[in-house]
Amino acid sequence: MRIFIIATAAALLALPVLAQEKPIQLKKGDGLDKVEANCQACHSLDYIPANSPFLNPASWDGEVTKMIKAFGAPIEDADAKAIADYLKKNYGG
Amino acid sequence: MISRRHLLGTAGAGVAALGLPRWADAAGIGLTPGVPEGVADVATLESLPGKKPLIKLSYRPPNYESPIEYFRTPITPNDQFFVRYHLSDIPEIKAETYKISVGGDGANTQAEITLDDLKKMPAMEVVAVNQCSGNRRGLSKPHVAGVEWGYGAMGCARWRGARLRDVLDKVGLKKEAIEISFNGADGPALDKTPDFIKSIPAWKAIEDTTLIAYEMNGSPLPHLNGFPARIIVPGWTGTYWMKHVVAINALTKPLGGFWMNPAYRIPVGKFALRDRFVSQETPVNTPITEMVVNSLITSHRDGDKIKAGKITVSGMAWDGGYGIASVQVSTDGGKTWGAGKLGEDLGRFAFRPWSFELAAKSGANTVLVNATNKLGQSQTSELIFNPAGYHNNVMQSITLTA
Repeated sequence: MRIFIIATAAALLALPVLAQEKPIQLKKGDGLDKVEANCQACHSLDYIPANSPFLNPASWDGEVTKMIKAFGAPIEDADAKAIADYLKKNYGG
Repeated sequence: MISRRHLLGTAGAGVAALGLPRWADAAGIGLTPGVPEGVADVATLESLPGKKPLIKLSYRPPNYESPIEYFRTPITPNDQFFVRYHLSDIPEIKAETYKISVGGDGANTQAEITLDDLKKMPAMEVVAVNQCSGNRRGLSKPHVAGVEWGYGAMGCARWRGARLRDVLDKVGLKKEAIEISFNGADGPALDKTPDFIKSIPAWKAIEDTTLIAYEMNGSPLPHLNGFPARIIVPGWTGTYWMKHVVAINALTKPLGGFWMNPAYRIPVGKFALRDRFVSQETPVNTPITEMVVNSLITSHRDGDKIKAGKITVSGMAWDGGYGIASVQVSTDGGKTWGAGKLGEDLGRFAFRPWSFELAAKSGANTVLVNATNKLGQSQTSELIFNPAGYHNNVMQSITLTA
C-alpha cells in the first residue's frame, strides 16, 4: 500500500484517511501541479492556506526542506524548487 | 450546550449568533480571533464519525479543535473532544486482538499486555486536562508555522485505566532506566517519515497518576482519541499522551528522533516551569513538560452583543497540576481586579470553572481574566515568543457591547 501511495499522483487523490476529506482548491499558478502531485502523499492541502500569508520566502523554503529532509518526502530538486516558488508567490507574507 | 443547528446555521446567522466580526470568520464557524487570515479560507465545521461538529483545521492528518462553547462544563464530552494526529495512517484497532509490547533495554524482561490484562489490574481514575502543546499557536505574534490552533485544542475528561507503574512492574525496571518511551499504532504515510514515538522521564512514568487509560468519561475511548488505550500524563502537554499505544519501552539512553528533538522543544529559561526532563536537555532548549497556568472565557465570545446591566461571565482555568488558587477579572483594562467565584473542584489536574458577575454599561465593556495557581504562578500580559508557539497563556481580553 505504501509503495502504491508514492506511485502515482492519481492514487494520492484517492486515499483520504477519513471519508469526509474534500478536495482543497489552491490558487491557480505555476507549480500548482507539482504541489498537488507531491504534497498530498502525506497531508491534505489545507495546511498551505492555513499557514498564510505570514511565511516569508526563506520560511517557505525552510518548510519545503523540512518536508524532504525531516519527513522524507521523495521530491526531486526541480519539483522542490517549483513547489517553493509557487508557495512564495501565492501564499507568501 | 451549543447545538449543531446553532453552530452551522446559515453563514450570516452564524456570524450574528457567535458574535464574530465578519472579516475574521465569514462562515461563522467559531474561529479564534487572531489566527492567520488563511485559516478562514480552509477551516470548516465538520463532524468526524461519532463526533459533534469540530473546527477542521486539516483533514489529513486530522486536526480538529473544539469551539469554546464545548468548554462550558468542566468535563468535555467525548463527542466534543478535539482530535489531533501527526501522521495520517490511523488503523482501526480491534479490542480483541490489541496488545501492548512492554520491554526495552532498561527492563529486566519483556511482556505482552492485552486489554483484558489492563482491565484486571487495579483501576485508577483521574480527571485531567489534555491540551495540545500547540494550543493557541495560531495566536503567536509573529505567526509561526504549524497547525494554527485557536483556543480549542484541549479538553478535560475523567480517565480510567491501569497505572503505568503497575505495567512496568510486570517487566521490572533496571536502575539504569532513565526514560520510558511510547509508540502508538498510527504511523506515517511514507516509510521514510519518522514514526511518532515519545518518551517521558522514568520518574514521571511511575507517578500514581500516570495511566494507561481504556476509559474516557465512563466509555471506551473514541477511536480518534486513542482506542483501545492511551497514555495519560496529567499536568503535561498532550504530546506525551500516546494514543493507540502498542509499545512501551524502558530506556537506558535518551530517546532520539525528530519528535523528541527538534520537535516539541522550548527555549531554556523562558518559562517558569517546575518539571524538568533532564536527560533530554540541551544548553539551548528542553522538551516541553507541564502546562502553564491558563484560563478561557467560555460564556461569551469577543465582540458579543449583550444587554446593559448585570451579566455573568464564566469560563475555565487550569494549570500543570498544582491546582487553581484564584481567578481575577478586570473590567478596566487591568487597573483594578475582582475575584471570580470558583466552581466545582474535580481535582488539581482538571478544568476549574469560574464565574464573575459584572454590571455592563452601555457601549463597550472589556473583560480581562488572569488565573493564578497554587504555586503563585499567573498568566502573562505579553506573549513569551518561542519558535513553535507553545505555552501561550497571555491573559484573554474580550469586548462585550451593550
